[in-house]
Amino acid sequence: MPPSFPALAPFDRLQDPRTIRKIVSVDNRSVLAFAGLTADARVLINKTRVEAQSYRLTCEDAPSVEYLARYIARTQQKYTQRGGVRPFGIATLIAGFSDPSAEGGVAGPVLYQTDPAGTHSSWRAQVIGGKNAKNQREFLEKNYEDDMDEEASVKLAVQCLLEVVDSGAKNMEIMIVRADGKAFMEESAIDVVVKKVEEEIEANKDAKKKSTDE
Amino acid sequence: MDTVFGVKYDGGVIIAADQGNARSILMYQKNLDKVVPLSSHSALGISGPNSDLVNFSEYVQKNIALYELSNDGMKLSTHAQANFMRGELAAALRRGPYQVNVLLGGYDAGAESSSLYFLDYMASLQKVNYGCQGYASSFCLSIMDRDWKEGLTEDEAIAIVEHCMKELQTRFLIAQPNFIIKVIDKDGVKVAKFGADPADT
Repeated sequence: MPPSFPALAPFDRLQDPRTIRKIVSVDNRSVLAFAGLTADARVLINKTRVEAQSYRLTCEDAPSVEYLARYIARTQQKYTQRGGVRPFGIATLIAGFSDPSAEGGVAGPVLYQTDPAGTHSSWRAQVIGGKNAKNQREFLEKNYEDDMDEEASVKLAVQCLLEVVDSGAKNMEIMIVRADGKAFMEESAIDVVVKKVEEEIEANKDAKKKSTDE
Repeated sequence: MDTVFGVKYDGGVIIAADQGNARSILMYQKNLDKVVPLSSHSALGISGPNSDLVNFSEYVQKNIALYELSNDGMKLSTHAQANFMRGELAAALRRGPYQVNVLLGGYDAGAESSSLYFLDYMASLQKVNYGCQGYASSFCLSIMDRDWKEGLTEDEAIAIVEHCMKELQTRFLIAQPNFIIKVIDKDGVKVAKFGADPADT
């Protein structure tokens, strides 16, 4: 189950990186990543945050990831069927853990995607944004395995990101969502994975070269 | 009928309240926790009819949580929380007032200091070193006037609260056998003691 991993575009050295987060918390237990118009995302995220607290106030319980995904999708759809407004120019990935009581006793990781049309669906691995999304989805399909552990998932995420981002942990943001909490990966930890992946790519290139030479 | 105490000391605040939940001649429960944590480092001792007590405290709690989520984890200062609550009470006052009287205690990591705020149902807000809500004030403010001084330790502050509890249990008409005492300091909100376990409320 991959962690949330949208690529962070290389930013100005003068900019404060804390102010352009693409992965945000919408609730204690749920995380949202988006691709598209940042300003639209801010509006939608704020609505979702209020909705999450409202749910907590009335139901005395945390909203499930699926509930939030449905809410976001419903909101995005409303803005496609009303006068005087335009659709939200963003796609979102919402990640978290499902309620243990609902899943028959075991909390499992869940990942939902929404788009400007207002559809929402559950995925085991997904990528949004950028021009290469289709190719990357194929890459994920080829390389995703059902029982990957955290290390393998992070590696897969980094491999995907490296396609669109200039090498460097500085240009990536990786949030890992676990059953007991969530945390951003330290830049130094991402660096380690990036180096490993790049070494593998080099090794593959050399191997291919050797075989064509022969 | 509820009793709420607050005592500020060097590095923290104590908030204590009785644990009774009663109306008219009926005692519904004796283990109610009326000191509600609002954030990681603040707690609200709240008195009044159970409906308003729960409604108001949960509303404030969720709004503070929303603020922290929406502002990259930035914590609202105790001063800000107190003024937010005052604003809500004032707005509701001439529509349908929340009949709650509260004492807000909090610790601010940035300023490395604790603070205590008295806020009554008419939205009168005052920062204080110690305070009481309810009939308790008639019995206990004088004790606190005498015992409180600058630079108290946590144990000395709890001693003042217990002195007040003893006075009430001796001279107050209404029996309040159970009190819950909470401490707010740099490590957060924790229960110091309780008369009856509020776990199964």
